[in-house]
Amino acid sequence: MTINPFHRNTETDKTSTFVVDRKFPHPDNLRLSTHALSVYIGGNPILKLVNVEIPKNKITCIIGPSGCGKTTLLRTFNRLVDTIEGVKLEGVVMLGDHDIVRAGATEITEIRRLIGLVPQRPCPLPMSIYENIAYGCRIHGISGRKKLDAIVEYYLRAVGLWDEVRDRLHTPASKLSGGQQQRLCLARSLAIEPSYLLADESTSALDPISSRTVEELFVKLKKDYSIVMVTHTLRQARRIADHVIFMYLGEVIEEGDADQVFNHPRHELTQQYLGGAFS
Amino acid sequence: MNRRRLKDRIAGYSMFILTISSLLLVVAMGIGLYLKAAPILEEHSLWDLLSASEWKPMKNQFGFFPFLMGTLWVSALALIIAIPISLLTAIYLTEYAHSMVRRFVYPFLDILAGLPSVIYGVWGMLLIVPWVANVAAPWVGRNTTGYTVMACGIVLGVTVIPLLVSLFIEIFSNVSHELREATFALGATRWQTTKHVVLRKTAPGIIAAIVLAASRVMGETIAVIMVCGNLAIVPGSLLDACYPIPALIANNYGEMLSMPLYESALMFAAFILFFVVLVFNLFSRLVLKKVKTD
Repeated sequence: MTINPFHRNTETDKTSTFVVDRKFPHPDNLRLSTHALSVYIGGNPILKLVNVEIPKNKITCIIGPSGCGKTTLLRTFNRLVDTIEGVKLEGVVMLGDHDIVRAGATEITEIRRLIGLVPQRPCPLPMSIYENIAYGCRIHGISGRKKLDAIVEYYLRAVGLWDEVRDRLHTPASKLSGGQQQRLCLARSLAIEPSYLLADESTSALDPISSRTVEELFVKLKKDYSIVMVTHTLRQARRIADHVIFMYLGEVIEEGDADQVFNHPRHELTQQYLGGAFS
Repeated sequence: MNRRRLKDRIAGYSMFILTISSLLLVVAMGIGLYLKAAPILEEHSLWDLLSASEWKPMKNQFGFFPFLMGTLWVSALALIIAIPISLLTAIYLTEYAHSMVRRFVYPFLDILAGLPSVIYGVWGMLLIVPWVANVAAPWVGRNTTGYTVMACGIVLGVTVIPLLVSLFIEIFSNVSHELREATFALGATRWQTTKHVVLRKTAPGIIAAIVLAASRVMGETIAVIMVCGNLAIVPGSLLDACYPIPALIANNYGEMLSMPLYESALMFAAFILFFVVLVFNLFSRLVLKKVKTD
C-alpha cells in the first residue's frame, strides 16, 4: 500500500475504488527554515539563534540531550509554543511565504494545516474513529458525507488501519490499542493535507512492534511529506534519519546529512553525545 | 514503641468513628424526617398531598402542589439564567483568559461563592424586586409588587453562578493539555476546540455540575423567602408570586406547634426536599467521580 495524496492514487492503489480530490492547492515550494530564531520562556533563553533548514521529502531527526530545546524548536514550527505562558519568539521562521513568528491567529491555523503534528503519546479526540479524521477536514471547510467517507477510508488505508477498523468506524477511538491510536493520529494529521509532519518522540509511548510499524510508516511517508522528528533514541535516528540536527543547550551544534553526522561528526560535542558521554 | 503504636491506633479509630457518625447523621436525619412525616401520610395519601392545591392547615387541607410548582419554577428559571452565564465564564477563564486574569478572578469567585445568601437576598430586595415591579412587569402590562418567580429566579441564579463557574472550571481543567494541543495542531481555533472537544469530553461532568447546582438552588431558603412573595398559589407566569418548599418550612415551623398534623405536614415537605436533594447530590457526585477517573 503506497501513500500518495499529492498526485492521485490511480497507478499506486489499484484495489481501491474511491477517489480523494485535493481540497487545497498543491503547495509547490514550501520551504521550512529558521533564521536567527531565539525563543524565551519567562525570560530564559530556550533556543539561541537557531538557523536550520528542513530538507524536503526527507526525515530530519532532531537529537540532543534532555532540555536542549528539541521539542521547543519543533513546537515553534507550528506555533504550539503559544500555549506556554510567557513565551517570546525572536528571529524568523519561514514556511513558504508564511512568516511563522509573526503570523496572526488566522494565519496560524493555516500554518498548522500545512504542518501536521503526531504527538508524543497517542491522543485520540473524544469521538469516533471516523470523526477523528473527519474533524480536521470539517475545521478546514471540507464537508459532504461522500467526500468525508472517501477521505476517511483513504487515510486509514494510508496508515494501514483500514482493515483493522473498517467494521467499527463509528465506535469511540479510545477503544483502539495504543499503536492503533497513534496511527489514527497520523491519519488525522495527513487528512488535512499538510506538507510537513512533525513527530515529537511519536513512538516513545508505544510497544516495540507498534513503534516499528509507525516508524516504517514515516519512512514510507517521506516520499510525499517532509518529516521532522524529535527522538531520544539514537538507534531510531540512525535507522531512519536522512538529515540530522544535533542540539545542545538551545543551540544547534551540528547539522547535516545523517551519514556525515553519525559517522564523521565534526564537532566534539556531537562525538561525545553519539559516544554516549551524556544523554 | 508500644505507646506510639497505641496512640496511632486510637487516633485512627476515633477519627474513623467520627467520620462514620457524620455519615450516620444523614441517615438519621432521613429516618427522623420520615417518622415525623408519617402521621400526615397516614391520613392523606401521598398522591393527594402532592397533587392538591389547597393549603389550609386550619381546615386540615394540605396540598403541596403550589409549593412543588413554586420550587420547580424558581429552580428552572435560576438554572436557565445561571447555566449559560457560568458555562461561558468558565470557558473564557479556562480556554481564553490570560493567567493574570485567572489569578485575579479566581479569588473573587471564591468570595462570591462564600457570601451568605442573606446578602444575595438583600440585594434582590433592593434591586431586583423594584426592577421587576417598575420595569419588567409594566413592560408587559402587568402590575405586581415585584416579589415574584422572576425576582426569585434571578436572585437564585446569581447565587448559584459562583458555584457553577468553579465546578465548570474544575471540570474543564481536567481535560488534558495534550488533547487541546492535538486539536490546535490540526488548525482548530479555540472556539472549535472548546465546542467539539472540551465540551464533548466534559459533557457528563457538565450535567453532573448542573444537577449539583439544581439541588443547591432547590434548597436555598433565606434569599428565597426575601423575594418570592410567599403566597401559596400555583404560579401561572413569571410575574406571579410563589412559595418554594424551603420558604414554607422556614416561615411556618415556629407557629404550628399546637397542631400535630401541621408539624407533620411541614416535616413531610422537608422530607421531600431532603430526598430530592440527596438523590440529586448522589447522582451528580457519582458522575463527577466517573468523569475524573476517566
